[in-house]
Amino acid sequence: MARRRRGDDGRRDLVVVGNGMAGARTVEEVLERGGSAQFRITMFGEEPYGNYNRIMLSNVLAGLESEEAIFLNSMAWYDENEITLHAGVRVARIDRHARTVRADDGSRTPYDALVMATGSSAFVPDIPGMRTAGRGFHQGVFRFRTLDDTRAMIRYARTHKQAVVIGGGLLGLEAARGLQTHGVDVTVVHGPGHLMNQQLDAAGGYVLRRGIEALGISVLTSARTVRVLGDTEITGVQLGDGRVLPCDIVVVAAGIRANSSIAAASGFLVERGIVVDDQMHALDDQGTPDPTVFAVGECVQHRDQVYGLVAPLWEQARVLADVLTGTDPSAQYHGSRTATKLKVAGIDVASMGTTAPERPDDDHIVISEPRRGLYKSVVVRDDRLVGATLVGDLEKVAPLIQAFDRGSPLPEDRIALLFDLGTAPAAVGVAELPDETTVCNCNGVSKGTIGSCVRGGVASLTGVMDATRAGKGCGSCKTLVGQVVEWAAGGTLEVDESASWYVPGIPYAKAELVALIREQELRSVSAVFAALAPGGVEDAKSKMGLNSLLRTLWGAAVVDERDGRFINDRVHANIQRDGTFSVVPQMKGGVTSADQLRRIADVADKHRIPLIKLTGGQRIDLLGVPKENLPTVWADLDMPSGYAYGKSFRTVKTCVGSDFCRFGLGDSTALGIAIETRYQGLESPAKLKLAVSGCPRNCAESYVKDLGVVAVDGGRWEIWVGGAAGAHIRKGDLLTTVDTPQEVMTLTGRFIQYYRETANWLERTYAWVPRLGIEHVRAVVVDDSEGIAAELDAAVQASVDAYRDPWQERDDPAEPGQFRTALPLTVLPQVPGR
Amino acid sequence: MSAGTDARAVGGEPGAGPLDTVSGPPAPRVTTAGGGGPHVVGPLCEIPLGEGRAYAVGDRQVAVFRLRSGALRALDAVCPHRGGPLADGQIDADVVVCPLHAHVFDLGSGACRTGQDDVTSYAVHLEDDQVVVVLPV
Repeated sequence: MARRRRGDDGRRDLVVVGNGMAGARTVEEVLERGGSAQFRITMFGEEPYGNYNRIMLSNVLAGLESEEAIFLNSMAWYDENEITLHAGVRVARIDRHARTVRADDGSRTPYDALVMATGSSAFVPDIPGMRTAGRGFHQGVFRFRTLDDTRAMIRYARTHKQAVVIGGGLLGLEAARGLQTHGVDVTVVHGPGHLMNQQLDAAGGYVLRRGIEALGISVLTSARTVRVLGDTEITGVQLGDGRVLPCDIVVVAAGIRANSSIAAASGFLVERGIVVDDQMHALDDQGTPDPTVFAVGECVQHRDQVYGLVAPLWEQARVLADVLTGTDPSAQYHGSRTATKLKVAGIDVASMGTTAPERPDDDHIVISEPRRGLYKSVVVRDDRLVGATLVGDLEKVAPLIQAFDRGSPLPEDRIALLFDLGTAPAAVGVAELPDETTVCNCNGVSKGTIGSCVRGGVASLTGVMDATRAGKGCGSCKTLVGQVVEWAAGGTLEVDESASWYVPGIPYAKAELVALIREQELRSVSAVFAALAPGGVEDAKSKMGLNSLLRTLWGAAVVDERDGRFINDRVHANIQRDGTFSVVPQMKGGVTSADQLRRIADVADKHRIPLIKLTGGQRIDLLGVPKENLPTVWADLDMPSGYAYGKSFRTVKTCVGSDFCRFGLGDSTALGIAIETRYQGLESPAKLKLAVSGCPRNCAESYVKDLGVVAVDGGRWEIWVGGAAGAHIRKGDLLTTVDTPQEVMTLTGRFIQYYRETANWLERTYAWVPRLGIEHVRAVVVDDSEGIAAELDAAVQASVDAYRDPWQERDDPAEPGQFRTALPLTVLPQVPGR
Repeated sequence: MSAGTDARAVGGEPGAGPLDTVSGPPAPRVTTAGGGGPHVVGPLCEIPLGEGRAYAVGDRQVAVFRLRSGALRALDAVCPHRGGPLADGQIDADVVVCPLHAHVFDLGSGACRTGQDDVTSYAVHLEDDQVVVVLPV
């Protein structure tokens, strides 16, 4: 079979017609299987580029992505892999008998194996006025398929202002949104009765339409374009009912058609696409598979299906590479169950299987909230998920796709398919994430990096976190990191017993640890290590958590070992990137005075503070203070610490409340000051940020705080807990509504104390409240279901009584060299001034 | 003026203002100018048990740590990752954790356990309650 050629190196010739996503992916798969030892590879691409991600063209159009960013393989990639690329060369014909490919440039290229990956092109209905006689498309008419199309559209949009997009499918909506970002007024004209009718049912399409219209894009459905008006410049389009829509740009996005003309002209069987068998062999016009010619991607019709999505194409490429290289000569493609997860003009859309019930016994669960832009529906047949449609919220998409793909069991309660019923967030399709996805944003660790770390032999979550730093920034990604590690290990993960430990160096969960500490009266960090750590070995990473726990348990009776504290807690200031510190004086409830402001300004002048910044918690931050200057800065300020550094109660944000505000229902400022005065400085498993709002307009953002209080009509106060608006975003749960500020004070203390006693180290309330469940927290804190309310109240009172402003240490340092510089020679400050 | 502060440019004129009001014992004097060999950096009592303190030693910045066992360790004072002050890190018997991004360094060898460059470790010992750091010759 191998053709003999001059300089024959024993390798066969593999020719790939098409340099798009399917062609290039197939070659990548072939190379991965060691194919470069078997094949000399030649590729033909009509476009004069390397290959790029066509899906990203909408981002290029919308200006969200540069052209360079969407290229999958650069020209260098072809060189490195010794692939001969004929870019910008169109293949005219395949001569099956001579086994050669004839191109428009007159060249003939012999092949031993040929892959047709010719893709598809925009379908343009025959609408009068769209083409100018003998000159092809009108200059104001665009398709949206290639990089050149995209560039032309961007160029034209600079000088034209009004567009009609024909077609309200995915591509049309993307084009509409993209044009809009160039300042163009856009109307989408769609023939069927609702948008994205291929993927969505009518109700889902309606919700999507409302979202699209909210973006400022006009939508006409059940509307047929019958004529494009205008001569040199387009002036409008005419609809079937006679209406004329004025416009100067027309974009046609009415679907795609497989590029199969070369195949048809070369004697292959073509129906809606090039017909292939399960091994991706192209069939000839007698229906016989050609052993040396294959086809892959959007140009293919397999078992009567033509796919316009990426996932099936990837699956086909893998099978084809297995067959070509002989890696798995019996590999077969059996078709793909397609589930699509899209962002359409910024709106999340997912769809799989059927969009509507088809048999009388099909279960159909629909949740439709057009005003919130939400639509969810599932179709269940014989206990299996056969279809799902989601618009606006894809939180449940991963488990749905899993259930759809694998036919995995469904919950008895069908509604649970669409809602989290108090369960932890589901493992969100980690396997589907591409390798380059950044898992940990703080430290820039990708899924691929974690994967190779695991393959490199690191077999535990903590090991991977240590080696890659993933999850060691703000920590908000830890759950995801854990899922990726688990996925990468594929069941070979060492059971990470330490995951349940309160701190990594002591083998007990919090409850056990607390019991042992109380029982053995361990009052210092070193005593805990000596008594409870394996071999009595201390562990640096456990110290801070233990120190916090001991202070919570023993209050003033703790044996204070300063080396158990993080540097912030040793010097009562927040360490910054250059080793200097930031100083945030207390400003209860965000209220200050001219005198305080004057003093702060004087201190800033005197100490040449490089940056003075208002914090998110309504305070003033003095940044860039060298450690050794902290005591004098505090002394000059003569204000108490604002606790902007610790794992502790930090601040209570307030709005102006009833004193001045026209809408204020309660005196939020006074209540905020009272809460901060009482609970200032309390250690807790993680920082605590609070707020009090004087009315439900929520100016102090109380719904997204660890504990937020909102004044409501009738002099009452709502208490919200477990909210967050930082690394994690969550609206809090309503704990209860009370009649008096005194009740707010009491329940706040009780809530904080219960959190202090039961939360894991560094577990914010937004994780702790859902873990315990708001009903449980409410039962304990409000209804005293466990009969511990009095204990909690007493314990928090003891901590309140033990409060001492840490900045008083300025006059009485706790230890030698407490405020000594740690970087003697570095020129400081480096925190930039403004 | 102490060796620990005179080399840096902080807010305020050298030797004036806030620096002089820092409480605690004065930072140590360097007894050997530049170069290799032993340097007395200061009395042991400056370094609390379980903590580290930074010193200018010759032309280097060295963090000296006093383990809870009483043993001393000395490493470069600057984390090679983003310049974090290792003397402010938390330690145990084996490692110091940088306070900025939690990179971990072996107190004995200076080897980084979290993928950053290693730091130099120095011999350190006590002579009459004075801490002596030995720079390579």
